[in-house]
Amino acid sequence: MSELKSWTQIPIGGYIIEPKNSINNKTGSWRTQRPVINQDACTRCRICWLYCPEPAILELDKPYVAKNGRKYNITFEVNYDYCKGCGICANECPVKAIKMVPEVVQQ
Amino acid sequence: MTQVLEKQRESSIVVEKKGLTTNYAIAQAVKDVDVDVIAAYPITPQTTIIEKLAEYVANGELDAEFIPVESEHSALSAAVGASAAGARVFTATSAQGLELMHEILHIASGLRLPIVMAVPGRALSAPISIHGDYQDLMNIRDTGWIIYIASTAQEAYDTIIEAFRVAEDPRVQLPVIVSYDGFLMSHTTEPVELYDPKVVREFTPRRLNTRPILNPEKPTTIGALATPDWYYEIKYQAINALKLSRSVINEVDSEFNEKFSRSYKPVEGFMIDDADYVLVTYGGAATWNALEAAKEARDRGLKAGVLRIRLFRPFPADDLTKALSNAKAIAVVDRAVAPGSPIEGPVFKDVYIALHMAGIDKPMLSVIHGLSQRTMYIRDFYELYYRLKDIAKVGKSPQESLFMGLR
Ligand code: SF4
Ligand code: SF4
Repeated sequence: MSELKSWTQIPIGGYIIEPKNSINNKTGSWRTQRPVINQDACTRCRICWLYCPEPAILELDKPYVAKNGRKYNITFEVNYDYCKGCGICANECPVKAIKMVPEVVQQ
Repeated sequence: MTQVLEKQRESSIVVEKKGLTTNYAIAQAVKDVDVDVIAAYPITPQTTIIEKLAEYVANGELDAEFIPVESEHSALSAAVGASAAGARVFTATSAQGLELMHEILHIASGLRLPIVMAVPGRALSAPISIHGDYQDLMNIRDTGWIIYIASTAQEAYDTIIEAFRVAEDPRVQLPVIVSYDGFLMSHTTEPVELYDPKVVREFTPRRLNTRPILNPEKPTTIGALATPDWYYEIKYQAINALKLSRSVINEVDSEFNEKFSRSYKPVEGFMIDDADYVLVTYGGAATWNALEAAKEARDRGLKAGVLRIRLFRPFPADDLTKALSNAKAIAVVDRAVAPGSPIEGPVFKDVYIALHMAGIDKPMLSVIHGLSQRTMYIRDFYELYYRLKDIAKVGKSPQESLFMGLR
């Protein structure tokens, strides 16, 4: 979360005078469930990346060798700073490689 | 009422004295300050303002964009967009039109856009009425606009000029409404002194880019979502600006006085200094009829006075309490109603609160009159002075509003 400023420090009328400053607003804070990608099951089809509304799925140049021996040049990871836990990625993943895990586990 | 200074006005400033309805006086002022954009939708009794402005634009007298829209909601929305882009913007409406604008009224003030709007006051339906009162204005009281209520065509002309100065002042940056009596002023012809537009334009220099404006070269987002962490602070900016606009309003009026030899105080007293019984009014008809009644009452030895509220928002509580501190009993004549309130006069409530906040407790009477232009006779106001005399004797405020003229 960006620094909470006083009313005297905020631009008039809440105007956004610095483009792209939404990046300072870490929307991940309201997530109740987090998506966790099973890198061995993931086929790198990119569908979660396409569907994520934030977008909070990162496509990284990170080679990975799956347990079944398949080699990938890329890895998909979740950016938890902005992922709001909507679960769309888990719902859309054709091989069910994404699991939604509760952020707070009930005692 | 105007106070002409001793100081002689430069003779060249007044170019013409014309018979004008208040609506035409408004249109003339809007032309003289040279607006860039007019977005409006016709509604009685406002229509003749924008008809006149459309004529000025069509015949080349006014170089402005005239945007005819499909509703008042769109009219104010277009005004918001144009103002956000840095244009000098005017619109006008009444009654249901003002109600249809309601949500955008909050947006214009929240986004700090210096739009100026004329509102000849009119009754609200149902039953359908096109006639004048101030129910429309009272309904939008809390939308964060500066609100003037004029009492003559000359004052309306002058107030539009002051309004643009105040609205665009970097310390204010808020929209302004100039209201007045629907029909009783909007369609009534009075003599109006018109100023040299060059002088008017010097008095209202364009200060439209002291805040960020929509500009592709320097992208700005206006009207973004504010989460609960930010809403309160941004709203407070506008609340505070409205409060602080009081001093700018006075400052602009002093300068207006210097330039044009006319001055309008936030509250204006007539025979008030030694008055025992005071009628508090707003608008033209109520004020001038009350004044006639006060003169008659004075002829019969009753110390009667009138206090007109000219600046409605921000409410001039200090000036008002000062003017009323010597009265024995006070009535507030409301041409509007707040149904279901502890007492039904909307401005009565403001006056009552202002006095009590200042520790002044006097017998007070809430009067509702002139709804949908029900005739307010001079004898009605005269009767009120004698009611105040009785109330002062009893020493207690009546618990109910007096619905005058009701059959
Ligand atoms: S849970 Fe929603 S926001 Fe988070 S990565 Fe998946 S699709 Fe994106
Ligand atoms: S949708 Fe599933 S399989 Fe496809 S890239 Fe995302 S996690 Fe991997």
